[in-house]
Amino acid sequence: MERTAASPEAQRASPMVFTVSQLTGRIRDLLEREVGSVWVEGEVSRPVLPASGHLYLTLKDSASQIKAVIFKNRLRYLAFRPEDGVQVLAFGRLTVYEPRGEYQLVVDHLEPLGTGALALAFEQLKKKLAAEGLFDQDRKKPLPVLPRRVAVVTSTSGAALWDFLKIIHRRHPGLHILVYPVLVQGEAAPGMISQALLDLNRLDPPPEVIVVGRGGGSLEDLWAFNTEVVARAIAGSKVPVISAVGHEVDYTIADFTADLRASTPSAAAELLIRPREEWLAELEGLSSRLSQALGAGLASWRARAQGASKRLLDPRRMIERWLVRTAGDTDRLGLAVERTYALSLARTRAAAGRLTAQSPDRRMGHLRERLSRLERGLALCLAGRLEGERARAGALAERLAGLSPLAVLSRGYSLTQRADGRVVRSAGMVEPGDRVRVRLGRGELGCLVEEVLAGGPPEGGSGPS
Amino acid sequence: MAKREAKKEERFEVLLTRLEELVAKLEDGDLELEEALAAFEQGVALSRQLNQRLTQAQEKVELLLKNSRGELETSPLAEPGTGAKEDGDGSF
Repeated sequence: MERTAASPEAQRASPMVFTVSQLTGRIRDLLEREVGSVWVEGEVSRPVLPASGHLYLTLKDSASQIKAVIFKNRLRYLAFRPEDGVQVLAFGRLTVYEPRGEYQLVVDHLEPLGTGALALAFEQLKKKLAAEGLFDQDRKKPLPVLPRRVAVVTSTSGAALWDFLKIIHRRHPGLHILVYPVLVQGEAAPGMISQALLDLNRLDPPPEVIVVGRGGGSLEDLWAFNTEVVARAIAGSKVPVISAVGHEVDYTIADFTADLRASTPSAAAELLIRPREEWLAELEGLSSRLSQALGAGLASWRARAQGASKRLLDPRRMIERWLVRTAGDTDRLGLAVERTYALSLARTRAAAGRLTAQSPDRRMGHLRERLSRLERGLALCLAGRLEGERARAGALAERLAGLSPLAVLSRGYSLTQRADGRVVRSAGMVEPGDRVRVRLGRGELGCLVEEVLAGGPPEGGSGPS
Repeated sequence: MAKREAKKEERFEVLLTRLEELVAKLEDGDLELEEALAAFEQGVALSRQLNQRLTQAQEKVELLLKNSRGELETSPLAEPGTGAKEDGDGSF
């Protein structure tokens, strides 16, 4: 505090005199010390974002207003962008911007308050995630048609879970259902729900489908399913997710990111699985079509086969028939061949004759060649025939020779003749002292009978020898 | 072990599609007799398999909770009113 060169009035009174800066500084100290950090609830008015990057706004209620600023570095962490007219809850430090002599709230944290604000936050998050492609149709995974293991992430209080289980049981008993209990509203809910999705994806084996949901409630009640944390957990699940939140009309961000949206948990049960009877009926239908189709096929085959077999005779009769035909054929065939041979022979000769009788000079060479070929052919044929005949004759001659008596002689037998030329067949035909002629295979001998060693009938005859 | 079983078993819809295709082929009537018989046999086998999937399998409803080690454990789930697992304040 300084004493300045004062006016006479000021000198007379001697109070403290501040400069503007001093005063402003004092006000600032006072505010920062006495008020400091506060939570403030109010309506956003005319937010402005100039080039500096800091957001300037006014918070007001029906009777008053206060200036506020969110500096650039804090703005980055804010998922929520305040818009004109929106109710908010802000946390910040009260201070004075001295150059303008304005007190203001430097906001550290801002969140939406009330339905309007929630709806705004909903729209903002929806836009953000849609831009990232998290809602895209081709991201959505198909659900297995008959899952056997299903997980449900929900609260175990409230009717939603039990309605779901009842419908599943009625439609198709035989599923293995895992219930992962979580809080479905309140601050801890988003964290628990996203953890559940993570844990279930890590199970070995993981479930085939995950159903995430809760029964009906207000927008605030359902809020956990509109958070970024839950939305990303659903989008990141490798297991297909069915979202089943609240009532028919409620659409949450979770619904957009899920692979399938059910309007209620009960609806989820119906979407999850077709009633068993329907499946069995469909199978029945397929089975009967199968049988019928085969039956039809067989019938047509049978008809074709029967038609063919009618034209087909009994195999044995067929063989007989064939034999009869071919027997005659063979004879005729033989004759035909002979006749053809004879014919061709005659024709060739005739042709040859004609040729030699006529033909002009020019073609002679060709024709002569042909002729000589034919003649050679013929000659060969004949030669062949002759050879054959000769061979046969030779063979016959040999056999004949083999049978001739002379051949017998060459084997060592001898022919004995007595004086009158008769062949001696029996010892009785000669007497000792007779002269006999012995013909050998080679040569002849004159011999004298000395003695009869063994007797025999007097004249050859056909008696026993 | 359950994982290996799941790998060997084909999905219901895969088997069903196969059966539908077989029936369509047979109904077309272009198959040779041997092929038709083979297709029929396969169809019967598939049908039987599908039927088994539908009618067998035991229903099981379990609660998944984390134990002190942070691992998930299953326990049978009791309906409300039977008084088994739930504490009164409606948490969870």
